[in-house]
Amino acid sequence: MKKRKIEELIFNIIMRVSAFIIFGSLIAISATILIKGVPAMNLDMITKTPSGGFFLGKEGGILNAIIGSFYLSVGATIFALMICIPVVIYINVYASENSKIVHYTRLSLDILYGIPSIVFGAFGFVLMLFLGMHVSLLAGMITVGLLIIPIIARTMDEVMRQVPVELKEASYSLGATKWETASKVLLKQALPGLATASLLGLGRAIGDAASVMFTTGFTDNIPHSLQDPAATLPLAIFFQLSSPIAEVRDRAYAAALILTVIIFAISLISRILIKRFSKNTL
Amino acid sequence: MTSSTIKSHISIKDLNMHYGKNHALKNISINIPDKKLTAIIGPSGCGKTTLLKTFNRLIENVDGTNITGEVLVDGENIYGKNADVTNIRKKMGLLNQRPTPLPMSIYDNIAFGMSIHGIKQKGVLNEKVEHFLRVASLWDEVKDRLHSPAARLSIGQQQRLCLARGLAVEPEIILGDEPTSALDPISTKHIEQKFVELKEQYTIVMVTHILRQARRIADYVIFMYLGEIIEHGPTEMVLGNPQHQLTKDYVGGAIS
Ligand SMILES: Nc1ncnc2c1ncn2[C@@H]1O[C@H](COP(=O)(O)OP(=O)(O)OP(=O)(O)O)[C@@H](O)[C@H]1O
Ligand SMILES: [Mg+2]
Repeated sequence: MKKRKIEELIFNIIMRVSAFIIFGSLIAISATILIKGVPAMNLDMITKTPSGGFFLGKEGGILNAIIGSFYLSVGATIFALMICIPVVIYINVYASENSKIVHYTRLSLDILYGIPSIVFGAFGFVLMLFLGMHVSLLAGMITVGLLIIPIIARTMDEVMRQVPVELKEASYSLGATKWETASKVLLKQALPGLATASLLGLGRAIGDAASVMFTTGFTDNIPHSLQDPAATLPLAIFFQLSSPIAEVRDRAYAAALILTVIIFAISLISRILIKRFSKNTL
Repeated sequence: MTSSTIKSHISIKDLNMHYGKNHALKNISINIPDKKLTAIIGPSGCGKTTLLKTFNRLIENVDGTNITGEVLVDGENIYGKNADVTNIRKKMGLLNQRPTPLPMSIYDNIAFGMSIHGIKQKGVLNEKVEHFLRVASLWDEVKDRLHSPAARLSIGQQQRLCLARGLAVEPEIILGDEPTSALDPISTKHIEQKFVELKEQYTIVMVTHILRQARRIADYVIFMYLGEIIEHGPTEMVLGNPQHQLTKDYVGGAIS
């Protein structure tokens, strides 16, 4: 009897401690960024490009990186969606469940998902040279797009698999084709999940440094075409942190704060979208 | 054909169906009478749903199925080389065990089938949506909220919506797979009444677990056991005076 009570107590403590570590690390990260970032924060940070260089400059802001990151992540997400949506429809609607192609597609996505982003960066670099491109927004979009394809596709696949078969059958039994069923019924049913998947990819795209390092480059300027190199927030943080000047290092935390706020906003938006999209689903 | 022969709408010849190695339908040959209500009964797992799904070829979406034999609808083999699967399915409305409203408004649920089959004019759609909602006795309950999500209707209303949606593509046949099993008694009664009215114009095939329901509304009964049709005929014969021992046991409640 006693032993069971002690067991209960020990596991209770372990679980509470684990929960506290998760909650605590969120608090600690937010606190660090806020405490170090807020003093270095000012309007210039988000309205101006750096003056005196990103590495040494104490003046100006990181507008170049904010805009660069925005272009890059939106472009990469659109590119990834153009590949993910057809794939997910194919393996869930057109191909038969036990076919080899479905099996290998899912397996490939699982493996790609586990590949570190620096490897995508290295691959993107080789691909870029092979295609005769330069370090540019476009090369970055493709590389980051490839990085987030498995993230988006796997999540979408999970969502599509949860759509009840009966719904598919209901649509087919009205004489709908596979395409009509996929585009007008299943995608609609899965919309909240698909939106979440896209935003998950977007969040990852905006936050990743390793994949953009060699493909997107870095610059003090706002990019004006897909061929221009572009600054990104993670790299702005990286370069500022490695600056010999303390004031510049502090600015890294302001940049981190901005990045965190953006990512927080993305997850907030995805929650709102889910609510809005869910009204028609069962 | 003698004058006593009943006109059949669906005619099945030597149908065999496997799920992988599982021989789920064995040598099924049967004629489903035109404009009558036929009930398929039998213990769980005997193949009722499977048989129903061979009528509109939904079965072929299940992996690893293998079908041989013929299913003639209006004399045309739906498994023939030239058969157009969307046309075949359009001929048959389907009601599932649980209602499956499409993820859209009440109005669009009805309009969806019509619009994919080419009816696009707003005026015609409006008229038909109202008409079929009336046929399913749902109009008065939903006329003020046609554009709100169908998922917000009660289960019983959803099932009537599914009926209206199926009728809207102007089928000849209505298939029901235990269409009342998820419904409360009043909604069940609604659906039963509808079926009795509708069999004047449609051929109805309904799977049911409830013998009393078959007695109440079916004209014909098919009794299945382990993938075979054991006995079939007019309701009062099969349920009132079964010939086969298995049917006797099932009707008597010895097997269920
Ligand atoms: N998707 C499937 N894959 C493999 N076997 C299946 C599948 N669906 C049904 N079966 C098998 O086929 C047989 C007939 O199943 P079916 O669903 O047609 O029975 P049923 O008479 O409708 O039963 P119930 O009254 O429980 O609905 C069963 O042995 C079942 O296990
Ligand atoms: Mg069944």
